Amino acid sequence: MSLKDIEKRTVIGPMGEEIEIDPLRDYYCAATPDLKMEQRKSSIPIIEKFANWARSESLWILAFGTGCGGIELRPLVTPKYDVYRFGIQIRATPRQSNVFIISGYLSVKTLKRAIRAYEQMPSPKYLLALGSCTINGGMYWDSYNTINRLDYYLPVDVYVAGCMPRPESILAGFDSLKQLIKDGKGEGAAKYAEKFEWYKKNQKQIIKDWDMPDYNW
Amino acid sequence: MTFEPIQIAWTLLGLFIVFNVGLLLTSTVRKIGARVGKRRGIRFFQPHIDLIKNYSFRTNFSHGIMFYLAPVFRLTGGIGIFVFMPIIYGSAHFSNFSFAGDAILIMYFIFFGTLGMALGAGEGAMPFSAIGISRGLSQVTAAEIPLVLAFLAVFIQNNSFSITEIVAAQQGGFLNWTMFTNPIATITAMLAFLGAMMRSPFDIVLAPQEIPVGPPTEFHSSFLGVLSTNRAIFPIAKTILYINLFFGGATNWPVLILKAFLLYMWSVVVGTVFPRFRTEQSIRWFMKYPLILGILSILVLQLG
Repeated sequence: MSLKDIEKRTVIGPMGEEIEIDPLRDYYCAATPDLKMEQRKSSIPIIEKFANWARSESLWILAFGTGCGGIELRPLVTPKYDVYRFGIQIRATPRQSNVFIISGYLSVKTLKRAIRAYEQMPSPKYLLALGSCTINGGMYWDSYNTINRLDYYLPVDVYVAGCMPRPESILAGFDSLKQLIKDGKGEGAAKYAEKFEWYKKNQKQIIKDWDMPDYNW
Repeated sequence: MTFEPIQIAWTLLGLFIVFNVGLLLTSTVRKIGARVGKRRGIRFFQPHIDLIKNYSFRTNFSHGIMFYLAPVFRLTGGIGIFVFMPIIYGSAHFSNFSFAGDAILIMYFIFFGTLGMALGAGEGAMPFSAIGISRGLSQVTAAEIPLVLAFLAVFIQNNSFSITEIVAAQQGGFLNWTMFTNPIATITAMLAFLGAMMRSPFDIVLAPQEIPVGPPTEFHSSFLGVLSTNRAIFPIAKTILYINLFFGGATNWPVLILKAFLLYMWSVVVGTVFPRFRTEQSIRWFMKYPLILGILSILVLQLG
């Protein structure tokens, strides 16, 4: 896709009729995230607590490995680590997952895709950042095309330090994430909606060829 | 049968039981699969937790009216089969809303959900959904032909469209089951059964490595919740239909659940042993052995 593809244009149909196409309006939701919906909680505390428990015990990971850390996610589903027993499963579509793992360095090109995928996930959604690359750039800190600090661009819930973190540390990261959600502190999506302008400014600063709508939901 | 309002409560209770049995069966089967692979696998109540989580998402996004209606249609298919079918033979409470021609209505409901899903997934505008749906519809149609032939053979054999009467004819010893009185129809139906269970060799519709999730790719949060609710009810409802038509029905819940488990495992065992068919392979397969057997089962009844 290029910038030209999302411009408004008129095309001639097979019967000679003129059809107006506005890709941004036709293919995407133009509205920015609705803060009210993102922060929606049940008025009965015990129900919200129960929902948070269910959310924490059913973490569906988006199968999207960004950096070298992707290789450390594979062993998680093998007999040795077997994350399924902790209620963690892997989904192939952002629509059905609620955990996004940024597994290592993010090049600017990948950041664009990561933002799109993150915004397509239904909230509450959680972001787990693996490795020192997502914290301060790690060994890529002076690279010309990777970002250094992930939480300038997307709200991170849990960092797992290491280069790369072994599956054991990732499991420990999942445990912290579960505790965070159970305590009602897994509100990354609400934070993203609240500081939407700030995140967008940061994202656009680094992504020069911005060829997508502001919000990809 | 006269209608009594209390019957609604009994039907809902039956539906609740079947729904939970369906979810537990799903996790049991996944657990068995995991144990074979030397893993511990998901927890027994994981499908329940997943369902609660799906219903408690805060945001959702619709692509249009049909996108909203598709999960509803799908669930209507599953519940429709259940509501008009006698569950426990001879029980006043769990005969649901069965009537003289219920078998015809249920056959309609088997296909109903797939059609609704096709419209909704099409509106989702995800190419993978459209690919999955076109594969699904062609495969289900191919599987439906032998299925209907087998059902017709049973209807002709019993001279009735009423499931209750067909179950009644099979009482008094297992040799009276359609499985023994009409083995060809039973074999046909069991082969057609595989076609709608979403398991290998007929899982090209979902094909996880190829079109990641298939038709439900765009469905999320409570839309997915409704679809998973149906995924729990539909296979069990269909299994109960098979138990009623071919395996002598059930006179109590434990027998019903045992028979449902064994029948469900049939598709699981076949799925574990055989690799995935491509769409044209599966259609060709359904048009070969099951179709010939289906025609044979009717001919045998007519000529025999």
